Amino acid sequence: MSLFTLIENWEGRFKKNSFETVSYAKKIADKLNSQLTVLTFSAKQPSELSKFGADKIINISNIKFEEASNDLIAEICQNHIQDGDYQTLVFSNTNLGKNVSPIISQKLNYELLSNVISHPDSISPMSVKCKAYSSKAIVEYQSSSKLNAISIVPNSIGEINESPVEFELNEIEFNKSTYEPKLKVLSRSESTEKISLPDANIVVSAGRGLKGPENWKMIEELANLLNAGTACSKPVSDMGWRPHSEHVGQTGIAINPELYIAIGISGAIQHLAGVNSSKNIVVINSDPEAPFFKSADYGIVGDAFDIIPKLIEEIKQYKN
Amino acid sequence: MNILVCISCVPDTTSKINFTQNKKKLDEEGITFIINPYDEFCLTKAIFMKESSGANVTVISVGDSKSESVLRKALAIGADNAVRINADSDSSKSVANLIADYCSKNKFDIIFCGRESIDFNGGQVPGFIAAKLNLPFINSCVGLDYTDDKINAKREIDSGHEMCECSLPAVVAGQKGLVEEKDLKIPSMRGIMTARTKPLEILDPESTYNNNIEILELSKPSERSDCKIISEDNVGELVQLLHKEAKVI
Ligand SMILES: Cc1cc2nc3c(=O)[nH]c(=O)nc-3n(C[C@H](O)[C@H](O)[C@H](O)COP(=O)(O)OP(=O)(O)OC[C@H]3O[C@@H](n4cnc5c(N)ncnc54)[C@H](O)[C@@H]3O)c2cc1C
Ligand SMILES: Nc1ncnc2c1ncn2[C@@H]1O[C@H](COP(=O)(O)O)[C@@H](O)[C@H]1O
Repeated sequence: MSLFTLIENWEGRFKKNSFETVSYAKKIADKLNSQLTVLTFSAKQPSELSKFGADKIINISNIKFEEASNDLIAEICQNHIQDGDYQTLVFSNTNLGKNVSPIISQKLNYELLSNVISHPDSISPMSVKCKAYSSKAIVEYQSSSKLNAISIVPNSIGEINESPVEFELNEIEFNKSTYEPKLKVLSRSESTEKISLPDANIVVSAGRGLKGPENWKMIEELANLLNAGTACSKPVSDMGWRPHSEHVGQTGIAINPELYIAIGISGAIQHLAGVNSSKNIVVINSDPEAPFFKSADYGIVGDAFDIIPKLIEEIKQYKN
Repeated sequence: MNILVCISCVPDTTSKINFTQNKKKLDEEGITFIINPYDEFCLTKAIFMKESSGANVTVISVGDSKSESVLRKALAIGADNAVRINADSDSSKSVANLIADYCSKNKFDIIFCGRESIDFNGGQVPGFIAAKLNLPFINSCVGLDYTDDKINAKREIDSGHEMCECSLPAVVAGQKGLVEEKDLKIPSMRGIMTARTKPLEILDPESTYNNNIEILELSKPSERSDCKIISEDNVGELVQLLHKEAKVI
């Protein structure tokens, strides 16, 4: 019995949460005294994963994450999982993980625990804590199955442990003639210059308090200085001031960065649902009664149009 | 075209979440149940498809009688018929398998689900249905064009979009973008009246699927300590605190 994990990369380079996922799986492998197998696609330096404990690395060298359809990735994982003897599968609950983990678990009869935010409290039977009710609650599940798939919320564990091991690297070409993908990917646009929200350590977010889209220049400047991603409240994306992909909250993206800075956002319960797992929250709002202050660690009561330029200056000074 | 919209019945987004004494279930006292917001986008899209090309729209929910009012609302919005599978909705696998069984008997061209339910946020049911029926699966769909046997979809990926194409039947897990917020349909008086005469079928499950996952405990995330208020004349202090205390910059 051993462990299997799928590790994502973009253009061959691993993502930040890639190593978190390997570290997470390694910890379970150690407890079970078993091997950790990692599958990835067209990685430039697959051996990097051994630094975090991958004993066996399978690099599918003729298929790229950026081009493959979800069902093809699921199919290839399934083939390898069936060839092994894996008790536990570990995924990252990213968009890709959310696409492939239900398919693989259903086809191969694993129980799926998604939105996991803790190391297992017990391994057999498997029990883990997961986000529920859009972060308003935590649910601890126990699975009575021997075969389990765990999908962890990116950055929720926040541990990357170096534990170099001797490894075996298999560079494999997938025989494309054996599988006809169900989905045809026509094109993909991934904005590489911007930091993706689920990956961002710091997120600067603004709401209706900013009055109009033309005022986002200062938000972007602040975000650039902090190397942060940008987000917004729902009405802001509804009005088209910002793209829908920046909408965070219960019906948008759920994030859990180290630092969330909310500017001119009132802190409605549906907004909080997507951001209150952030480790630190700063709220800047002109209304001292804004509900967001109750869920914040640091607050400044005042006009964003005065405070943000000051904050930008202070950060510039601090950086020097 | 035959369209199925899977609807999960969830606590209203403004609900305060509390648990029963044994901490195993949601305390439903005072909670209003609604159509899962993501499913609402799918339902509206399905109704648009019905209006523009004569599709037939069925809504389905697996659960107890509580979901009937939610299904009635879907009928009032414009669905043609509704089905409730009278089974426990605790296990995503069982819910998905029951819906897949229903789909094997009744042919649908598009099976719409929401991207996730806002209760347990599993995001599992749509993928499970697709895998069980061996159909293409388009997750996080934010735009959809269709012909009789093909769909063209726009879907979200981690920090961008993907355009993809597949043949029908297919499972589509949707969200805002499929239709816009302002286009969401609300029941009209006439809709509510005609909904009363539309069929709401209650079916007993034909197979039982065992549930291997049990809830040990529900809890609330730990509360934040009090908010430190920093004077607007001393913004520099915030930068210092973020550096020295929070250690995030
Ligand atoms: C089903 C449902 C789902 C929803 N899902 C989401 C979701 O996922 N995400 C989400 O964000 N919302 C969601 N909402 C909407 C939510 O209820 C709120 O309406 C929304 O979050 C409010 O956005 P806001 O804070 O930007 O705007 P407002 O509530 O209008 O708040 C603006 C804030 O800016 C402050 N302000 C004004 N001027 C200034 C200034 N010059 N400087 C500083 N501060 C200023 C004001 O004091 C106020 O607090 C949902 C609602 C429903 C019903
Ligand atoms: N009990 C249910 N009955 C019908 N559809 C459901 C049910 N539970 C989940 N779904 C569908 O599956 C989607 C994702 O739900 P989940 O996998 O629970 O996050 C929902 O948006 C619904 O479309």
